[in-house]
Amino acid sequence: MAKETGIISWKELPLGCAILEPGNASELRTGDWRSQHPVTDFDKCIQCGNCYIYCPDMAYVQNEEGFYEVDLYHCKGCGICVRECPKNAIKMVEEGH
Amino acid sequence: MGKRVGIEVSLAVSHAVMLADVDVIAAYPITPQTHIVEHLSELVADGLLDAEFIPVESEHSAMSTSVGASAAGARTFTATSSQGLALMVEIMYIASSLRLPIVMAVANRALSGPISIWNDHGDMMLSRDTGWIQTVAENGQEVFDLVLHAYRVAEDPRVMLPMIVNLDGFTLSHMIEPIEFLSQEEVNKYLRPYRAPIRMDPENPITMGPVGMPEVYTEAKKAQDEALKNSKKVIIEAWKEFGDLFGRYYSPVETYRMEDAETAILILGSLAETAMTAVDKMRDKGKKVGIIRPRLFRPFPADEIVEAVKNVKNLAVIDRAVALNGMGGPLSFEIRSVLYDANLHPYLKNYIAGLGGRDVTVDDFSDIVSDIESCAQKGVKPEYTIVNVRE
Repeated sequence: MAKETGIISWKELPLGCAILEPGNASELRTGDWRSQHPVTDFDKCIQCGNCYIYCPDMAYVQNEEGFYEVDLYHCKGCGICVRECPKNAIKMVEEGH
Repeated sequence: MGKRVGIEVSLAVSHAVMLADVDVIAAYPITPQTHIVEHLSELVADGLLDAEFIPVESEHSAMSTSVGASAAGARTFTATSSQGLALMVEIMYIASSLRLPIVMAVANRALSGPISIWNDHGDMMLSRDTGWIQTVAENGQEVFDLVLHAYRVAEDPRVMLPMIVNLDGFTLSHMIEPIEFLSQEEVNKYLRPYRAPIRMDPENPITMGPVGMPEVYTEAKKAQDEALKNSKKVIIEAWKEFGDLFGRYYSPVETYRMEDAETAILILGSLAETAMTAVDKMRDKGKKVGIIRPRLFRPFPADEIVEAVKNVKNLAVIDRAVALNGMGGPLSFEIRSVLYDANLHPYLKNYIAGLGGRDVTVDDFSDIVSDIESCAQKGVKPEYTIVNVRE
């Protein structure tokens, strides 16, 4: 899992707040912006990959069985996957439920 | 020691920039700054300075280009005045937050409106909180020296901040003054080649200027504030080394005939020389008067000002700009703030003088001193006043 970023002392910030490591956007925990998260009913899922394709944050990852699982470190809870799922296999659930 | 030549101060700035061997100059012409970059374009065209001269379509682009050039690791110069500086301000905040050691000469000019091409400190005050280090010159020699000093300070790894050298428009920029030039060999002893600690490089990609989420913005500003505060010791150190090498020593606050002075005139820039003549005349008549002139404007030299003011009874703070907030001139607020913290309570009166090229004479300074002494004696509430305004 990517490491948390941004929670450091002012003394540790790189000069001018530059990001010295290229391609590290995946380290940013965008998951904490979320108020709801998607839950997939794998009995309905046909592994079409629409959730994976449409997810704006590339938060869906295919597992060994071919199903797409959401990575909650990055999922912002936008719900696009719910709308695009042709089998209505995904629903949004309030955080904490 | 270098040779002494009579030269227009703007051209002396260009010459100092050439001696600093800058890599990129991006500028847009505006009176009274134009001669500086005009001469730099000639120096580049004549092959005397090996630099990219980038003529741009506005000051906003001039500052943006300077940011790009400095981010790529280039030693960068630009210059402007007044409305041009106002147009740059958006990107000036970017330059300081990215910690880019751009050096800029500002030929100080009044802000519109009404439109005025003439000298005052409206533009300096506009840019005071942009995070740039700022020095203020009194004469042509000082302008020349401060430009070289600016590169030395700005690029110091302990500083890495952009820097402005303020020179009064026309009264300095267009004057022909005797200036002792330094040779390239001498300047090379003072200024080392610039090596950016981080820079835009396709071989080693980095991100400069990313979004600062609420988790990091506060820390980013704290780091920038500390950098500006801590730059002061490097500024002083670089002046000391300049003096050791070339014999001209500078300090954050200049004082003139302040020993035993009961009344002090506190003023920025070239008008201090007029004030000197006035002080000499008043001293001849037995008045205990002196001058306090901050040479360093950002970071504000609070300790040195307290030291200079501590035995003074009356303090006439001269502002070359009006802050339109009903409280007087901007310099006076800063001085009051410094004195409050030091628990010093001289009789302080703020005089706004020399707006938009209005002449301030030797007699005006004598009148100011008479006025503050009489006001203090009567014990009237010291309200700010605009000098020589027609009723």
